[in-house]
This record gives sequence, C-alpha cells and structure tokens, in this order.
Amino acid sequence: MQRFSGLSLLRRGLTGQRGWQPQWRRAEPKPAYDALIVGGGGHGLGTAYYLAREHGLAHVAVLEKGWIGSGNTGRNTTIIRSNYLFPESAALYDHAVKLWEGLSQALNYNVMFSQRGVLMLAHTVHDSQVAKRHVHANRAAGVDNEWLTAQQAKAFCPLLNIGDIRYPVLGAALQRRGGTARHDAVAWGYARAADALGVDIIENCEVTGIRRDAAGAVEGVETTRGTIRAPRIGVAAAGHTSVILRMADVELPLESYPLQALVSEPVKPVFPCVVMSNTIHAYISQSDKGELVIGAGTDAYTSYTQRGGPHITSHALEAICELFPMFRRMRMLRCWGGIVDVTPDRSPIIGRTPVPGLYVNCGWGTGGFKATPGSAHVFAWTIARDEPHPLNAPFTLERFRDGNLIDEAAAAAVAH
Amino acid sequence: MLLIECPYCGERPEPEFVYGGQAHVARPREPSGVSAQQWTNYLYLRDNTRGVHAERWRHTHGCGRFFNALRDTTSDQFLATYRVGEAPPAAARGLR
Repeated sequence: MQRFSGLSLLRRGLTGQRGWQPQWRRAEPKPAYDALIVGGGGHGLGTAYYLAREHGLAHVAVLEKGWIGSGNTGRNTTIIRSNYLFPESAALYDHAVKLWEGLSQALNYNVMFSQRGVLMLAHTVHDSQVAKRHVHANRAAGVDNEWLTAQQAKAFCPLLNIGDIRYPVLGAALQRRGGTARHDAVAWGYARAADALGVDIIENCEVTGIRRDAAGAVEGVETTRGTIRAPRIGVAAAGHTSVILRMADVELPLESYPLQALVSEPVKPVFPCVVMSNTIHAYISQSDKGELVIGAGTDAYTSYTQRGGPHITSHALEAICELFPMFRRMRMLRCWGGIVDVTPDRSPIIGRTPVPGLYVNCGWGTGGFKATPGSAHVFAWTIARDEPHPLNAPFTLERFRDGNLIDEAAAAAVAH
Repeated sequence: MLLIECPYCGERPEPEFVYGGQAHVARPREPSGVSAQQWTNYLYLRDNTRGVHAERWRHTHGCGRFFNALRDTTSDQFLATYRVGEAPPAAARGLR
C-alpha cells in the first residue's frame, strides 16, 4: 500500500500527479475463504478490516453486488453523534465516536471527520423534557451532551431562526463531539486498508444463495460469479438483509423503507454545525464541498426502490426554510433515496443467528453511518470468536422474544 | 407520490392515505396459549417482501375505511386493491 503523507502529496504534486497506484486490487473470487462478508458498505468493509487486523484472519472476502459504498454508505447525510438514551446504545454509539476520532490516522486515509457539534432542537414542552432527559442520561453514562437555551442555540448557530416560526425553538441539546465525516472516504479508506491486509474486495458479485451442510451450518454462498466456500458468513446488507437471510431460512424483525436526502448547489462556508429537528423534521449540515446536505423522512410504506415521494422531501425543505430563512432561494441539486432496514425498537441487531456460522449486522434503520467503525469493530469480534463483544451483547435477535427491547424510537431522530 | 385506488372512492393521491403495514397478519385467538416465539412472530416478524407485497392502507382523509392492496415493492406499482375480508386477487398475486 502506498502510504499517504504530506511529503508524498507534495512529491506527486511536483511530478504531475503521476505514479499513483490503484488503492485496492480488483480481486477475483477464490474458491474458499476463512470468512465472507456480504455487503460492501462501510459496515462490511470495516468488518473485514478488523477481522484481518485484530483477529488475524488471513483469508477474508467482501462480496458487493454493485460497487463498494453504493448503498446507504454513499446515500446518507453523514451525521455522527452518540447521544442515545439507553446505556446499551450510548455505549455502542460512543464506542464508534471514539474510533472515529482516530480513524483517519488508523487507516492512513483522511475520512474528514469534523467534530463541529450536533444541535438537536426542541420546539415544544415535551421536546424540551425529552431532550433534557437525554442530556442527563448521556452525562450519567459519560457521553457529552448539554442543554442550551434558545438564545444559546442561536449563538452556536447564528443562522437559526428561533422565534418567527410556527413552532418556535425553545432550546436545544448540543453534542459537541458530534459532527460529520466524508462518507465515500469511509468506504474507500476501509477498502484500501483491508486490501493491504490481504482482504479480497469483490464487486459486482451478488449473493444468490447460502449453502448449508447436513448439520445446517453454513458452508458457503452461491453468487453471480460462482460458488464461494467459507465456514463463517457475516451479513451487513442493510435494506436487503431480509432477502439474504431468507436464503438461510432466517426470519428477521425488519422492514425496509425508502429514506431520502438531498443536496443544494455548493456555496461558500456558511453553516457551522449540524442541526436536527425531530418535531418539524429536518436535518442539515454543509459539506466541505459547500453543498447543504439535507435529510428528509422515510416514506410510509416498505419498498426496495431507492426512491421516495416528493412530498416527503418538500416537507423537509419547508422546515428548513422556516428554520433558516436565508436558504429560501437556494436551489436543490440532487435528491435520492436509500433503503433502510428498521427494527421494531429502532436499535440494531448485531450477533449470531440460529444458523451456525451465519452472523448478521442489520437494523441500523435511519442512522447507521454514525456507528460504522464501532459496528464493524464489534461485528468482527463476534464473527472471529463466535460470541458477542460486550458492547453488542444486548443487541441480539432474541431480545424481541425475551422482551429486552432497547427502545430508541425517540433518539433515532428520523420520523418513521 | 403514489396514486392509490381506494376500492370505495377510486383513485386518490397518497397523502389522503395512511399505510397500515403487512396485510393478513392474524392475531392468535388464544394469546395465553401460544409460545413466546409464536407471540414474537405475531408482534414483530413481517415478510418484508422484495416483490409483490400484500398490505393494508386506510383512506383516512376520505371514506376512512381500511382496505388491502398488492404492491410490487421493487417498483411501487399497485397491482390490485381489494376490500377487507376478501382474498388477494389470484391473477395479480403471481405478477412480478
């Protein structure tokens, strides 16, 4: 792997940018591996990286039906925070934030993690009470979160219109360690680092079946590029997880919905932080390229189309225009949808399945990007040791049967 | 935005409707008699079909009535809508 450094950038810059190598190999599938990861998004690529780096698995492949990062990794609004209500969630998401803080160095790849602060607005008495409960719960769990008055929120984000709107801003919860990262760089950075450790990244390879032995354990997958054998298979396929797991007769409590986002034309730096509003439903930040990145809600119905209704995005834009009147004349450049897999309690499922050798990491719903490094780290542990890491031990499939739900519907932030 | 045909009112735009989840999910007649896993299946497991999906809709801002629909979740195209209590139309069910 060619390491990136200030010196290497300078040297290539002075020699016409010649001599750069592809950042990962275009691998052909081998007949067999120690472990397969289905899904080449951030969670899957990260899992392969940690399997190779921390657990010493020499032969790992990532199977991606399209190109890496083409699913929700490349479609989300890149917000990172860990201000979830329950201790289990706060611990898991904060594990991710801590990994985010060192990720660019660890991968030798700039993922442009920017801790610019995430401001979550309260517009009603109920909002304020819920936000304060979150603030107190987070502080008790060692996760930073603080309550700001409306005036303090406006001082933190001067563009914010706190008074002249239908639902005035009464206050806000601020997580200063929250922020954004560059989504594509996360996929590329993990792919490059995993490839350097010998992981095969196999694109345009769709899994069409899961092979099992006489005892029921997995022994490999059928793909559009042939049969690949492996004793361990980890699935990180987001909205399509139900489809993959059904190939092994595993039913999951998931429903897949379209979730839309959109970006404006790029403008000069104007927006200093991330602002989210649950109640009037909008969230917004500005990318380093200058686009306003805006998240809308999910559509009402399940779908696999990767597109949603325009009334959903227009609803989000109406809220943005009320909160930030100066954006009323901005033009939107693109909008798109991703398919998110939502669990009944809005918390992920990370762990073993009833099928030996088959592991699943799914149910991240509308907010999986923020968890990418933490999710990948604990999922790799789970696959390597055939037992959950302490952080993902509560996030089992069995919790729905046993009544141990981790109900984060209020913290998930996207209305669904 | 979807155009949805209410079996009672005809075609209307999507914002008049509320989605009601998967259709034909039967509540166990004797909840106390079923196992924890069967109750879990009833509460939480849904088909999440990639393809033709039978689902409930309610024409909330219209006649207010529930009805069922067959919709292809890979195109969002409605193949049929039918009244509660009726079986899904067999001809539409096989379409992909």
